[in-house]
Amino acid sequence: MLSKMYFIFVYHGQEEWFVADTGTDRVKRGMAEMQKGGVIMDVVNAEQAKIAEEAGAVAVMALERVPADIRAAGGVARMADPTILEEVMEAVSIPVMAKARIGHIAEARVLEALGADYIDESEVLTPADEVYHIDKSEYTVPFVCGARNIGEALRRVGEGASMIRTKGEPGTGNIVEAVRHMRMMNSQVQKVVHMSKDELMTEAKEHGAPYEQLLAVQEHGRLPVVNFAAGGIATPADAALMMQLGSDGVFVGSGIFKSDDPKTYARAIVEATTHYDDYALIGKLSKGLGSAMKGQEISSLQPEERMQDRGW
Amino acid sequence: MIHIGVLALQGAVREHVKALQAEDTNVIVVKRPEQLDEIDGLVLPGGESTTMRRLIDKYNFLEPLRQFAEAGKPVFGTCAGLILMARDIDGADSGHLGLIDMTVERNAFGRQRESFETKLAVEDVAEDVEAVFIRAPLIIDVGEDVRVLATYGNDIVAARQGLFLTCSFHPELTADNRLHQYFAGMVREVSKTALQA
Repeated sequence: MLSKMYFIFVYHGQEEWFVADTGTDRVKRGMAEMQKGGVIMDVVNAEQAKIAEEAGAVAVMALERVPADIRAAGGVARMADPTILEEVMEAVSIPVMAKARIGHIAEARVLEALGADYIDESEVLTPADEVYHIDKSEYTVPFVCGARNIGEALRRVGEGASMIRTKGEPGTGNIVEAVRHMRMMNSQVQKVVHMSKDELMTEAKEHGAPYEQLLAVQEHGRLPVVNFAAGGIATPADAALMMQLGSDGVFVGSGIFKSDDPKTYARAIVEATTHYDDYALIGKLSKGLGSAMKGQEISSLQPEERMQDRGW
Repeated sequence: MIHIGVLALQGAVREHVKALQAEDTNVIVVKRPEQLDEIDGLVLPGGESTTMRRLIDKYNFLEPLRQFAEAGKPVFGTCAGLILMARDIDGADSGHLGLIDMTVERNAFGRQRESFETKLAVEDVAEDVEAVFIRAPLIIDVGEDVRVLATYGNDIVAARQGLFLTCSFHPELTADNRLHQYFAGMVREVSKTALQA
């Protein structure tokens, strides 16, 4: 939400007036722009957050459990205990993100009040509302949301999301769904870019996407906000693949702290993201990394276990 | 035509490239130290300074960057770029590139919810430059050779020392191109002088 602040400063005996706007689109989307080319890592305590920062993460996501453990634990997954968020914010100087349940206005407000730098309205948690997502334009803090296709991405942007990420299939260590979602969005964006304007309204209807947002896609030749990859990234090569497909950066959830050697692993993923087209380097980085997290075949998931189908 | 590089280890690279291209320059995305030989001036973009420093070390960029600056080539740093250029960082043992005689404070305004945009008078540039501050650093002290170009209240948010230009906000996130124009002017002047010599 845009709010205006007025300041009078006295400088060298002279009065100066400033009008400052917080929570504008430029300020919220700009924050995501600064994360580009980087890796955002899931962490569950201060110690992991420090490992992530040290490895070169551009931000951390403070959670009670990583997605793989959320899957294993079952039950209702909610916003993390605020103590964890506070502990992580205290430990690192990079931005700290936190997850709220889809449609959970109160959890999101609490995270904003606690000082989270970014909120992920996330399908990894159990949705609080099966019909409506949060009206994110009302918040000063920026939001990131998951999407599987251009319609879903632009509905979230229409609600005020400042950053999009693929949904993938979180906690599986299987990249196939993130690839599907990124390729889908890319091809749909390309189609829109090459359409004539008089075809756009019908395209908007088919995707269930706001017409104005499709106009923005056409104008910029890409989604109007930064688009990261998330959901199933387990190895440096996975990160490089997603960058190659045009991701602006990557989220790594369970992949790092479920691996044998998180420190080395975290560094390798950061480097593979920066130099995603240097295959000799990625080969070198991948040597002797120990085991990646154990992956899961998507078809082995029951329909109710598919996190990507949460939200619309 | 002059060649301006944008350090592309992480951060808002695309926006700087776009802004510089609009100033009729040939823009080079710099990912490796040897590319510094091809350019007349360099932009250090916004992003996460901790991440950038790690990658600078990893790819042995630190010395080549210092040599580039010592060779009298202009450098322009925004936000995280400002932190990289500072001689001293409040609360840290040492600075990174140490190009400008100043002390900076990181995340000086607080967390993301405190980020804001405003209009600022920037000396040599304009009275109403659009300035987007995102988890921005501040310059809390400058040496006598440093010229303060802009202040926000009592705090310094843009400065120049010789051929080194810096600001704690993000001109690359706005359509207001005047700081990039100013920097391209600096690079042009140096290249012209070099040609004459």
